[in-house]
Amino acid sequence: MTDAVTFRGVSRHFGTVKAVDEVDLAIRDGEFFAMLGPSGSGKTTCLRLIAGFEQPTAGRIEIFGERAEGVPPYLRNVNTVFQNYALFPHMNVLDNVAFGLRVKGVGRAERHRAAEESLELVELAGYGARRAGELSGGQRQRVALARALINKPRVVLLDEPLGALDLKLREQMQEELRKLQRALGLTFVFVTHDQDEALSMADRVAVFAGGKIQQIGSSEDIYRRPASRFVADFVGSSNVVPADLAGVGISDQWASLRPEDIILDANGREATVTGTFFHGRVTKLSLDIKGQSLTALIPAHQTTPEIGETTRVSWDPARAHLMEREA
Amino acid sequence: MHSNSRAPLGLKFAAIGGLIFLLAPIALIFVYAFTTEEKSFQWPPPGLTTKWIGVTLGRADVWEALALSLKVAAISTTLALIMGTLTAAAVARSRFFGRETISLLVILPIALPGIITGISLRSAFSLLDIPFSTWTIVLGHATFCIVIVYNNAVARFRRTSGALVDAAMDLGADGVQTFLLVILPNIATALLAGGMLAFALSFDEVIVTTFTAGNQTTLPIWMLEELVRPRQRPVTNVVAMAVVIVTVLPILAAYYLTRDGEHTAGSDK
Repeated sequence: MTDAVTFRGVSRHFGTVKAVDEVDLAIRDGEFFAMLGPSGSGKTTCLRLIAGFEQPTAGRIEIFGERAEGVPPYLRNVNTVFQNYALFPHMNVLDNVAFGLRVKGVGRAERHRAAEESLELVELAGYGARRAGELSGGQRQRVALARALINKPRVVLLDEPLGALDLKLREQMQEELRKLQRALGLTFVFVTHDQDEALSMADRVAVFAGGKIQQIGSSEDIYRRPASRFVADFVGSSNVVPADLAGVGISDQWASLRPEDIILDANGREATVTGTFFHGRVTKLSLDIKGQSLTALIPAHQTTPEIGETTRVSWDPARAHLMEREA
Repeated sequence: MHSNSRAPLGLKFAAIGGLIFLLAPIALIFVYAFTTEEKSFQWPPPGLTTKWIGVTLGRADVWEALALSLKVAAISTTLALIMGTLTAAAVARSRFFGRETISLLVILPIALPGIITGISLRSAFSLLDIPFSTWTIVLGHATFCIVIVYNNAVARFRRTSGALVDAAMDLGADGVQTFLLVILPNIATALLAGGMLAFALSFDEVIVTTFTAGNQTTLPIWMLEELVRPRQRPVTNVVAMAVVIVTVLPILAAYYLTRDGEHTAGSDK
């Protein structure tokens, strides 16, 4: 099966700034693919390279097997949901959604009927006559989605689409996006800096830093088996400790140990408590084991030691992951 | 801070006095348009008549000057709309070497005294052996008309999110469709406002016109010449009255057009 999007040695340099640097990537047809990374890591530039707003300075981009370099955005069968939705302020919702068909020369009646259908898909039937300014953030988000879907793209690009929504709405939209993606069988490429969002929604995640991909894998892979200190730290703030301490290797290697895998254990090793932070469901403990600082998450129902006390902790060495690279 | 108490009496008188000081001379122009005394401005007018309107309508030189003024204003405004919008788009949308310089140079003509603009244009035209004509007047006026359009357009471009252009392209609109369906509707009121202001400025411009005109007479120049001739003076006042009405209306319209749309288009969160 042809991949939806492939990057081969793709770079996008702005002068001396290497926004995207020799990236290789294959996004499979029909998958929900997340690009995760801090701001300035190159994930948004990668998305813009797929959309056609940016052209690579080197390398090769294919969309369903066709060369995409030099092809302008309006000739690509790819549509984008923008960060702040970018709804046209001078049009009502229906005309916004129908815009893609209008520029293709589809007649008024037909494109309005299609726009109504697209609005139904995002559960906004009957909102066509309103102006974008009259809608709530969540509704604008849905309009932007309906507008992106009307051209029946094979790849939908989403640029931090949930960033402006409050937590509750965000969780609801995450679920709906996922459902919609499965129902339509489309390839979704989703850019986010929120690791929870990436892990919970995506089939596969690419972690970006410094214009390069640090690791590509399933959510579980990324979380359980981070390839580098950066991935371990950025995704779920892992403890990065000498491998011999974690019990998985020799002293000049490094291992990642998830905070929730550290448990209070009367038979474990001694640790000094240097901080406690109550988070509701869990309590975060800052620990010190022979000069090595560690973070542990303890379920809230357990009694936690006070600052300055010495406690005993342990972990299953099978839960620790020996990393390939330190950086 | 708003206070609900009424303004003190003294302040009211001062405000009314200020308005009278500003507006009374204009009112006098209107009054003298209907006076029966034609050689000097005599107060109070010895009698009132509407015959000067008829006389004005019958004078061919008035019509010629008016036609020239309208032509010059229309052409310079059109020129300014095209060039001002393009410059504004370049400055607001992209980064390039010398962008700030261009932005400053474009605004310069309106900061410079008109007499400097006039002299420099005149010497430039002589240097290049360009004969003075309607077109040299148009070029002179375009220098400040462009600024007006540019200022209006650049502010609107900055408030219109660049993501709208990306969105249009993404949805399949080519450059022309993006401009006509997305950019133009979003900057249209700013262009209309800028265009009307530019038109009004060009219509009553004297200084630059004096330097860039040959033997052409625009309406303001005609009025200036007419004032030194003690014959049929009220005709000048009738024309002045018409000019006031013609220039005030577009400026009022421009004010109302730019008052709306305070929010930044397309970047609502």
